[in-house]
Amino acid sequence: MSPKKSDGKQSGGNFERSLKRLEEIIETLERGEVSLDEVMKMYEEGVHLSKACLEQLTQAELKLKRLSKDINGNFRLIDNTEE
Amino acid sequence: MANNLTVLSVTELTRTIKGVLEARFSNLAVQGEISNCKLHSSGHLYFTLKDEHAQLQAVMWRSRVGNLFFTPQDGMNVIARGNITVYEVRGVYQIDVVQLRPLGIGELQLAFERLKQRLAGEGLFDVERKKPLPPYPRRIGIVTSSTGAAIKDIVNIISRRFPAVELILCPVKVQGVGAAEEIATAIRDFNRYGKIDVMIVGRGGGSLEDLWAFNEEVVARAIYGSKIPVISAVGHEIDFTIADFVADLRAPTPSAAAELVVVDRSEIVEIVRNFWYNAHQIASNKISLEKERIKALLRSHTFNRPLDLVRQYSQRLDEVKHTLSQSVAHHFRLLQEHVGSLQKRVASVNPELTLERGYAMVTRNGKVVSRAKVLSQSDHVGIKFHDGIVPAEIK
Repeated sequence: MSPKKSDGKQSGGNFERSLKRLEEIIETLERGEVSLDEVMKMYEEGVHLSKACLEQLTQAELKLKRLSKDINGNFRLIDNTEE
Repeated sequence: MANNLTVLSVTELTRTIKGVLEARFSNLAVQGEISNCKLHSSGHLYFTLKDEHAQLQAVMWRSRVGNLFFTPQDGMNVIARGNITVYEVRGVYQIDVVQLRPLGIGELQLAFERLKQRLAGEGLFDVERKKPLPPYPRRIGIVTSSTGAAIKDIVNIISRRFPAVELILCPVKVQGVGAAEEIATAIRDFNRYGKIDVMIVGRGGGSLEDLWAFNEEVVARAIYGSKIPVISAVGHEIDFTIADFVADLRAPTPSAAAELVVVDRSEIVEIVRNFWYNAHQIASNKISLEKERIKALLRSHTFNRPLDLVRQYSQRLDEVKHTLSQSVAHHFRLLQEHVGSLQKRVASVNPELTLERGYAMVTRNGKVVSRAKVLSQSDHVGIKFHDGIVPAEIK
């Protein structure tokens, strides 16, 4: 439980971290040992986190790429042109 | 003596033998056991066919090797169709194999069992070494054909369930000789590339021959060596391949793999919804509590500031709540629609059909029991078959 660790920002679709943090927040809130100020901070953080999660879920469109290897064995991603 | 005979050069004699043999022994089929099998780097396959009393050199040219669906292995009984040819340079005859088939399905099953036992003995199937799958993968590698049904099914299902991911296809040949090697290379390439969280390796349904590449040792070794968790997804439910035993998780079909690899986004919506509900509840309670406490305090002291503070918090809560309902409501609506269509889909999957296939369902007080551990001795349950329920008691 380290509230400092998270800055309330959702980075690159890391649902695992966000949802875990939401769980942590709820657990902390339910234990009821935090000050009102902290309750509010956590609440706001949670709202931002979950909003970012939802936005990603509704806005995201599945990306399909293809792994391509050049003669030197370097990899890069190319668009999947074939259907 | 020699003057009475025509003296031939070695070349002349060999040519004559070649003419006779090749005319006499063309388009024939011969059965034997493979030994000394070698796939040359040129792509040609060399082996010996033998039985108890004789052996025959055999060669299969690269162009024909390409039509094989299995890797011929020593000890396998096969039928080779082809022509006897004489290799003049070395004065040897051999069979030029046009087509090679296992003597029967039994040969393949034998090869399958032998490999399975050997790999099991080496610990390739050990449960302890199976890696857990990431709960929310961001990048999913897929090793399959770029034109098969598998990739289409996977794309469809993941874009419905959880589109916030990136699928990275490494297209491979999934049947025929060379397929196994391509699949293994793709798995190793993904590991070298590294930037994926999990991979699905598989193909859609087909005959035993079509699926054979997934029973080859190179594929098993590549899966075993993968640092990235591997989900195998080969054929239909009933098909078990060596790849399935080595993989960290076996999915019965490519579609099932797509369902297993990502959660449904409605689950996340549920988590978020619960959070909003609970957190708001707790925050409101905390504020009212604080208000009461301070009011009580105020009755005894002339002390205004804390109440102000609480009012500020109260306002802040309302503001957050407002933001939430304004800017997020439409996301909820969108997802709600999605969840609605999902529920319809689920409803259309009739559990009775499963029962008709011979499965039974255990119920207690009208609810389905899905775990053995929730039952205890002398519990009364019902066993639901497709044609009715029978009462039962747990022993």
